[in-house]
Amino acid sequence: MWEYAPAPESRDIANLKPNYRMFVDGEFVEGGGEPLKSVNPGTGEVLAEVSTAAPADVDRAVKAARRAYDRVWGRMPGAERAKYIFRIARLIQERGRELAVLESLDNGKPIKESRDVDVPTAAAHFFYHAGWADKLGYAGYGPDPRPLGVAGQVIPWNFPLLMAAWKIAPALACGNTVVLKPAETTPLTALVLAEIIQQAELPPGVVNILPGAGDVGAAVVAHPDVDKVAFTGSTEVGKLIQRQLAGTGKKLTLELGGKAANIVFDDAPLDQAVEGIVNGIFFNQGHVCCAGSRLLVQESVAEELLDKLRTRVSTLRVGDPLDKNTDVGAINSAEQLARIQELTASGEAEGAQRWTSSCPLPDKGFYFAPTVFSNVSQAMRIAREEIFGPVLSVLTFRTPDEAVAKANNTPYGLSAGVWTEKGSRILWAAQKMRAGVVWANTFNRFDPTAPFGGYQESGFGREGGRTGLEAYLDV
Amino acid sequence: MAAPSTSPSLPPSLADAVRDDASLRRFLHGLPGVDQVGVEQRAAGLGTRSIKKASKLWAIDAAIGMVDLTTLEGADTAGKVRSLCAKARRPDPDNPDVPRVAAVCVYPDMVATAKQELDGTGIQIASVATAFPSGRSTLKVKLEDTAFAVESGATEIDMVIDRGAFLSGRYGQVFDEIVQIKHACGDAHLKVILETGELATYDNVRRASWLALLAGGDFIKTSTGKVSPAATLPVTQVMLQAVRDWHTATGERRGVKPAGGIRSTKDAIKHLVAVHEVAGPEWLNPHLFRFGASTLLNDLLMQRRTQLAGHYSGPDYVTVD
Repeated sequence: MWEYAPAPESRDIANLKPNYRMFVDGEFVEGGGEPLKSVNPGTGEVLAEVSTAAPADVDRAVKAARRAYDRVWGRMPGAERAKYIFRIARLIQERGRELAVLESLDNGKPIKESRDVDVPTAAAHFFYHAGWADKLGYAGYGPDPRPLGVAGQVIPWNFPLLMAAWKIAPALACGNTVVLKPAETTPLTALVLAEIIQQAELPPGVVNILPGAGDVGAAVVAHPDVDKVAFTGSTEVGKLIQRQLAGTGKKLTLELGGKAANIVFDDAPLDQAVEGIVNGIFFNQGHVCCAGSRLLVQESVAEELLDKLRTRVSTLRVGDPLDKNTDVGAINSAEQLARIQELTASGEAEGAQRWTSSCPLPDKGFYFAPTVFSNVSQAMRIAREEIFGPVLSVLTFRTPDEAVAKANNTPYGLSAGVWTEKGSRILWAAQKMRAGVVWANTFNRFDPTAPFGGYQESGFGREGGRTGLEAYLDV
Repeated sequence: MAAPSTSPSLPPSLADAVRDDASLRRFLHGLPGVDQVGVEQRAAGLGTRSIKKASKLWAIDAAIGMVDLTTLEGADTAGKVRSLCAKARRPDPDNPDVPRVAAVCVYPDMVATAKQELDGTGIQIASVATAFPSGRSTLKVKLEDTAFAVESGATEIDMVIDRGAFLSGRYGQVFDEIVQIKHACGDAHLKVILETGELATYDNVRRASWLALLAGGDFIKTSTGKVSPAATLPVTQVMLQAVRDWHTATGERRGVKPAGGIRSTKDAIKHLVAVHEVAGPEWLNPHLFRFGASTLLNDLLMQRRTQLAGHYSGPDYVTVD
């Protein structure tokens, strides 16, 4: 038997420091909040201590952002702003390895994903939006669209650096200034991005980064001098924010949960469909809001497809996020692991058939072996609720209409996948499906030029592409 | 189309597939398609595996043992073949523990020379046949070509399929030819060269793979080495998937041989990773996987030395034959 020897990326590359501080008005400063400890989910050990923001710090950050907006950034010509944003993009590339290793340490995602997806896509977002900064008059929002002012942004823990890039890049390109709160469990790469922003010599106050828990996010969102709120996270919190902002005149975009259907028709390229299903649900341990967590497969090929799928999933290597051969890393937190365990237990209790890969799991840290539930019905919790973990629910269908009806039978509507070799069926299904993104014969492809966002309880507004600029412009 | 006399153990669904021309066409066109973007993405993913230390050394030795050391040139002479056979017997004179290669692959008229050199070593003698590399001749000539190679001592025959017949949809003719060549091989193993560079699409590669497996080929092989592109990772992957599916359908394991274009240890290891993860660990075996190559062997030997000595020594420390 051929065993792959461990191939760990060196932890030293991350330049991990014992303490991290918040970034306000161009400087790293101690926050007034209770410091938090960021944990390495791969081992369960504490990585670093991070200072958090108190209410007074939030106010200071918003004031700094307002000052920077009024005096410098809001009135700077787009061509000048672009230079700064290009500089950030290049610095992300230069410090790419450092960011990738740090991201894997803090988040638990495999190094091959942080190295090949998160960091390059984060840089791509800055490059893409830098290009827009001096062309906003040609974006279709009138000859001279204006920025909004101060943007308050709250991001989740599943793609810490990438989400920061998704939020900051368009805001800056459109001439807004930013107060951003990274997730409680994954603040580190956003603070290295703050170093990069300092290195790029952005005027003080243009970007402010405030680590902390939900209360800091709530304070940012509620601050009266914030003009625009962008939130990515759970539907529950999204609803709270929407309620809170009603009537305030603040512009809002929400990117929330999902329970995406991945539809495999009987004329699909089956081997590649298996790859797409695996990528759809096991990419980033399934911690993806647009994950293809509901597989809808045509009954006539269901057995063949599931056999192939189980064989393929058995080859996934679960373990040390820093090992270059790891396919599925660590679950981000003990809390999330408990939620996944609770939902999978409900799947068994409700009568779905569970299959779990027999791959070995590390003794320390938070891990969950890839799991596939078959014989799932629409009524089960594992078919309706977002699990946000490496757990796939498989349902079957008989006709295309039934497939689309089942796919749409969810309060969410973020993404969907269609697998068929028939082009006309792809176009038909994409038209019928209520989802912000429909992937055809692929899944989980992200590109800064393509708008991303949801329907219904998956939120509103788009990020990326020309469409995404609208969220940061007064149109 | 000939009766399916070669594989009496075929399950009913596959036996039906080879009943007549129309059934064969329906079967091959009914195979699931191959999505080009998807298969290339997976191949690129497999290419990022990091194989180091003991696992690298294992892979190098395994790869050496899977090499069909090949010379297929108009300029081949008895002297050239003899020196190649010496290399096959003892790839690295300084390191006698290096495994022997799997086979030496030559043109039919060089088989007798190779046999003299390799008798009793356990190294197989492979010969290309059937109007290699174009395959443009009559069946009679191809059968005689095969018979000559076998009589001269070849233990493995690498035949080419009639790509013209395949591309014009005459699958029955391709099938019959393989069946008859297989018959002419007797006890010799048959490798069926698809020449994937001329088939152009992955769908065709999958169909040709199944066609060759149905007709009784022991191995499916990518290329002659005379057409570019030859062996690529996505093509090998499609063929590995075919032998894996064949095993699921019949319980029988058939082999895959990428040939041409694999020159470095790095490429060879990427292919072994694909074998390991797409077909399965059982295929990491010279009975089920081969590399058709000439320059690859020396790179494997150099990398082996580097792994053992801890430093690179350079091309002058391995023999050029």
